[in-house]
Amino acid sequence: MNDMTPQTVTDAKKRYSAGVMKYAQMGYWEPDYTPKETDVIALFRITPQDGVDEVEAAAAVAGESSTATWTVVWTDRLTNCDKYRAKAYRVDPVPNAPGEFFAYIAYDLDLFEPGSIANLTASIIGNVFGFKPLKALRLEDMRLPVAYVKTFQGPATGIVVERERLNCYGRPLLGATVKPKLGLSGRNYGRVVYEALKGGLDFTKDDENINSQPFMHWRDRFLYCMEAVNRASAATGEVKGTYLNVTAGTMEEMYARAEFAKSLGSVIVMIDLVIGYTAIQSMAKWARDNDMILHLHRAGHSTYTRQRSHGVSFRVIAKWMRLAGVDHLHAGTVVGKLEGDPATTKGYYDIFREERNPMALENGVFFDQDWASLNKMMPVASGGIHAGQMHQLLTYLGEDVVLQFGGGTIGHPHGIAAGATANRVALEAMVYARNAGRDIWNEGEDILRDAAKTCTPLKQALDTWKDVTFDYASTDAPDFAPTPEVSA
Amino acid sequence: MRLTQGTFSFLPDFTDEDIRLQAQYAIDQGWAVSVEWTDDPHPRNTYWEMWGHPMFDNPDAAAVVFEVNECRKEHGSKYIRVIAFDASPGWESIRMSFIVNRPAEEPGFRLVRQEGEGRAVRYTIQSYAADRPEGARYA
Repeated sequence: MNDMTPQTVTDAKKRYSAGVMKYAQMGYWEPDYTPKETDVIALFRITPQDGVDEVEAAAAVAGESSTATWTVVWTDRLTNCDKYRAKAYRVDPVPNAPGEFFAYIAYDLDLFEPGSIANLTASIIGNVFGFKPLKALRLEDMRLPVAYVKTFQGPATGIVVERERLNCYGRPLLGATVKPKLGLSGRNYGRVVYEALKGGLDFTKDDENINSQPFMHWRDRFLYCMEAVNRASAATGEVKGTYLNVTAGTMEEMYARAEFAKSLGSVIVMIDLVIGYTAIQSMAKWARDNDMILHLHRAGHSTYTRQRSHGVSFRVIAKWMRLAGVDHLHAGTVVGKLEGDPATTKGYYDIFREERNPMALENGVFFDQDWASLNKMMPVASGGIHAGQMHQLLTYLGEDVVLQFGGGTIGHPHGIAAGATANRVALEAMVYARNAGRDIWNEGEDILRDAAKTCTPLKQALDTWKDVTFDYASTDAPDFAPTPEVSA
Repeated sequence: MRLTQGTFSFLPDFTDEDIRLQAQYAIDQGWAVSVEWTDDPHPRNTYWEMWGHPMFDNPDAAAVVFEVNECRKEHGSKYIRVIAFDASPGWESIRMSFIVNRPAEEPGFRLVRQEGEGRAVRYTIQSYAADRPEGARYA
């Protein structure tokens, strides 16, 4: 980095004499290190305290997320400690962000238990996030070696098999979250499910905080919802589903609820991110064993993903969840009411759906990532979207996505089924137009208006929500702008 | 009722030109297009009868329209769909599936409930048409 940077102390006697030493001197800074193909690599955004050198800060992060403690310990010498030390090998200033640096840190594969997100995260985001010499720390991205990826189950079902089970191809899936999210009785709740599915949606969804409350206990919800699902299936000849949220206080209770959902013939169950990584992995295993699609609602993630300087980027959460084995995960809408700029969101969607992610700094993707044939996750776009945005949604998000219109279905002036029909017609018309070679980005509004000529519910939807947009500056945009290629 | 399986069942019934446009899109993606028919439209009837093999090396959707119309001559009173198969790595399954022909009348499905213990109900969906033997289900 520079001449002032402390060099690793290589004389063993000096290195291991009792006392305190800079992390960079202890061997956690190796600027010449070339990461092995099997190394886990983490990219941190570090904001050192005033007066703390960035290289020493990076070395400290490497140390505190692997073998180091605050002082030298002689017991290091009983181990093959060079191997177990994480190695900071590169520190770059963040463009346009004085005081912030990107630190690249490589970890030997043997530091991690196979197939355990809990173990991986206990190291990488364990103690180190409270480390005093840093003002802030953010885990921006990780490179997970194929050797490690292969120790995980991955999505229980995956996009391809989900489509095969649902008999639904060639278009985004459509969903809606039942609203109001709290207070409906089981019987009233099932009414919303029935109307929405009969009207043309593929899925309805429990919200994250619908579990088992005094106004509606879980068995009631499951029973009425499955009556609604089956009625709608008979009315349309389509496979339908409703995400029955099995989130509960204990694993025993979650398994009991999931088993009941299975016994009623549900094709899908749902969990919340707040149940924790190990519980998620357990439910993913259960889902694989029981032919169940597993929906994950990312409840709570914004507490640590939203701010750029501190926390964990959602792209890292997405990678962990693909390893952990969920089938559905919310990933942003770009155009709706919740955080997400187009470039960053594209990075998330690629992590969900691609076989291999090439480095794409303009989308916040810092590493090549090979998914080693792990199933793909279906992204879910939910929050403040409506039929009038269909051309934008299809352009930004593509075909393999669940578009969830909650208010945009249930809030339709002529009822829930009409709202569902409006969304389905808008979607099919847009996919048709795209396939037929039309420029849907520019002609989208015309395409929708034409489709509305033979579909009154769509016309009503377009009239109701024509001016609704959520146009706010994003708090989490990429640090690198795409630069035009210079050709010789 | 109207059977709404498939990519485009909420749009008006397809003309031959609609079929050609959508099939050509599939062909241009490198997918093999196939024609299938059935008189059992149950949502979990996965295997409709194949009207020949998928057209692996066919560059022109006009041939798909031709086969749809040939299929109609024999099975015009039943459901016919066009399916596109994608053999690319990581997918190796269907990419599109849309209905191009349906019976004049679609009687729909009966929902049969078997009441079980603890208020649980076991549901079965049965096509009214499938009450009659194969081949005699639609006029």
